[in-house]
Amino acid sequence: MDTRLMITRRAALAGAALAAAPLRAGFAAAAAAEQPVKGGVLTVHLGSEQRILNPALRASTGVYIVTSKIVEALVDLDANGHPTPVLATGWTAAPDGRTITFTLREGVVWHDGQPFTAADVQYTAIELWKKYLNYGTQLQQYLVAVDTPDPHTAVFRYSRPMPLDLLLRALCDLGYIAPRHVFEGSSVLDNPANNAPIGTGPYRFVQYERGQYIIAERNPAYWRKDLPYLDRIVWRVITDKSAAAASLESGQIQISTYNSLPLADLNRLKADPRFEVSTRGEEANAFNNTLEFNTRRKELSDVRVRRAIAHAINVPYFIENFLYGQGKPATGPIPSSSAAFYPAGSTPPYPFDRKTSENLLDEAGYKRGADGVRFPLKLVLINNGEDVPLLASFIQQSLGSVGIRVEIVQLDVAGALTTVYRDWNFDLATGWHQYRGDPAVSTTVWYRSGSPKGAPWTNQYGWQSDQVDALTDEAASEIDPAKRRALYAQWVEAVNAEIPVWMVTERQFFAATSHRVHNHHTTPRWDSSDYRDVWITD
Amino acid sequence: MRLLGLALRRLAASLPALAMIIVGLFLLLQFAPGDTVDALVAQIGGGDAAITQELRHFYGLDVSVPVQLARYLWRLVRLDLGFSAIYGKPVADVIFERLPVTLLLMGSALSFAFAAGMVLGLVAARRINRWPDTLISTLGLVFYATPSFWFGLMGIVVFAVKLAWLPAGGLEDVGSGARGLARVADVAWHLVLPTLTLSLIFLAIYLRIMRAAVLEVLTLDFVRTARAKGLGETAVLTNHVIRNAMLPMITLIGLQAGTMLGGSVVVESVFALPGLGRLAFESVVQRDVNTLLGIAFVSSLLVIAVNFLTDLLYGLIDPRIAEGR
Repeated sequence: MDTRLMITRRAALAGAALAAAPLRAGFAAAAAAEQPVKGGVLTVHLGSEQRILNPALRASTGVYIVTSKIVEALVDLDANGHPTPVLATGWTAAPDGRTITFTLREGVVWHDGQPFTAADVQYTAIELWKKYLNYGTQLQQYLVAVDTPDPHTAVFRYSRPMPLDLLLRALCDLGYIAPRHVFEGSSVLDNPANNAPIGTGPYRFVQYERGQYIIAERNPAYWRKDLPYLDRIVWRVITDKSAAAASLESGQIQISTYNSLPLADLNRLKADPRFEVSTRGEEANAFNNTLEFNTRRKELSDVRVRRAIAHAINVPYFIENFLYGQGKPATGPIPSSSAAFYPAGSTPPYPFDRKTSENLLDEAGYKRGADGVRFPLKLVLINNGEDVPLLASFIQQSLGSVGIRVEIVQLDVAGALTTVYRDWNFDLATGWHQYRGDPAVSTTVWYRSGSPKGAPWTNQYGWQSDQVDALTDEAASEIDPAKRRALYAQWVEAVNAEIPVWMVTERQFFAATSHRVHNHHTTPRWDSSDYRDVWITD
Repeated sequence: MRLLGLALRRLAASLPALAMIIVGLFLLLQFAPGDTVDALVAQIGGGDAAITQELRHFYGLDVSVPVQLARYLWRLVRLDLGFSAIYGKPVADVIFERLPVTLLLMGSALSFAFAAGMVLGLVAARRINRWPDTLISTLGLVFYATPSFWFGLMGIVVFAVKLAWLPAGGLEDVGSGARGLARVADVAWHLVLPTLTLSLIFLAIYLRIMRAAVLEVLTLDFVRTARAKGLGETAVLTNHVIRNAMLPMITLIGLQAGTMLGGSVVVESVFALPGLGRLAFESVVQRDVNTLLGIAFVSSLLVIAVNFLTDLLYGLIDPRIAEGR
């Protein structure tokens, strides 16, 4: 077991580390030698304001950046990328996989002084996760009930086998506990605690000035003795990325994470000795640039055309020249940082080869016309980041050279989601796919058929494969980790062959951190974690 | 009393325009693809059909557009601006939190642009076609032609990052706990760069207008008369020329108050200021109809008020206009 974990961590880091690799050893040594300093204020960049600050209702890194310091989950990831106890101290699964029992930590109190018990877990799981939490509703769809035989035991009962590995990994993000006594008997979506969170975490919520900042201060009653070190954390809302970079440089903020700075500034600050710019501590959140095909369109229903399009795009060139080298060509929907599921020895399935591309298109019966054009396509971009329009233009030019004329449709995110996933009014679409630690959380929905019309980031391509559907369902309730892994390897092979969605790049988020901050980015989802042992010097 | 009557009559005359703005904007937003639930789902990175259904009901989007509009207007009649989807509290609260910042920024930028534009325009007119005029006019052209976000970012790079003289953004030092005068000074310090950035374009316009107005007034008969009766150049300028040259400037203020509200989106974003412009932008992106309509409503009232004040100012500066009213 331990060996596997070591490999996990090493593989994850190898995939992630870029410039930071030589630095990390130095920091580790320095951190070990230095004595943590108590006190001080850490200021963190918040790039987009969230509507509510309740991680048990909204799963998103933007929510976690703030709330994971205030509210705690049952489990989190440790430095090796393995689930580690937080509010749950232990867990066991019944042999049939339908019952999972959590032992809960004793002596934990909410910020308002009430004790934390199994009733909170029961209420949160049934009333929040299963009903409202995005990705939680899907994860917990077969959850029948949570029994509480005593105040520190919660028994999750499922109607279908639930793989323990999947549940634990997912609960790091989808396992935040809300206080039952605050939410019970009120409208959950309207509760004032959604904007003034009450948790059990190392910091207590103080103030939220909309459009400006959020403040949390040290929780003196925190259950981990003598932690946290910081007096308070301030999150400053800075929506303009360039302005945020300037704030970091002028010392107004000390951490900006999840690619909230312009790619060019990230690249520039890498060389600045005042900061560490790295994917260290971001390994748990991989993402891909995608190219989605509407297979209702006659040309795109032919897999040869889809493959031809993939072959026509020079991904390494794009990464090198547009992304400042921040990424690599993807080998499929499961990223290389996910050691538990990544099929060993994978290579990009459709390497750049213009000749193959043209041959495939000819073979499919789409010869170049008199004007050199085979057929036109409409590309809708789903603007998750500044690289999406860049990739759209790159695709347009690349496909132009093999005789496919591409028209780019620019909309804001809400408009693009509706156009692509509800109105199906697209031929090609490009955006981001985010991998959340286990393929069953938010990755297989991109390929599984039967997703209701309008659900974003799901299979809305008019594409269906019995084999892929069967593999998806089987893997989601397979409780033997080795068998699950094998099923996902088959699944990757199947979807790579058909590519209803082509994963173009594989990337990790970058964080920029001032060297005033110590003991930072030590776990794979550090910026979505509790900041309990980070400290700051002048 | 007469003033109050005038104000009320003005407001009544603006009501149809106000109604048109609100209804027009509401319908316009319906043409934008996607609603606030789509925007929310985009922000949190996904959600299934059951959740979106639940949320549409929560935000009152599960009824037809005419019903939504009727509900909105009925609330508006009772002076209820509704609930903000982005911030989860009443729109009126959200707007009145932001309004002071926008008014402060707008007020200081407008005053600075007006004062500096007047002085520079006057200097340029007095030294027409000589080097001060050429310098001022060229500068004016540069200010006018350069986008304000560039000015803002360059200001930050030079004065905040390189020289560290001014803060890079924000309204005040968070957590400094400053009270009273110290806080006023802190806020003023933070507003130096945004005010300059926002006012440069307007300054350029004001100085052009002032220069032209002064040149024109200088050729009029009463200026010759003033000189003929032996007044010094300074007295001619202050007593006769400036007052008359100010009229077009005042008109411009009334017209630009609205533009200033909209134009501050960029400046507010670059300097991370919590103003109305950024709120409006955010509401469009997030399809938060209530907040956007609320802002349109409040902004319209503001523009009406500013235009009313402008009219009063005309009367003060040129009594002939007040007579004719």
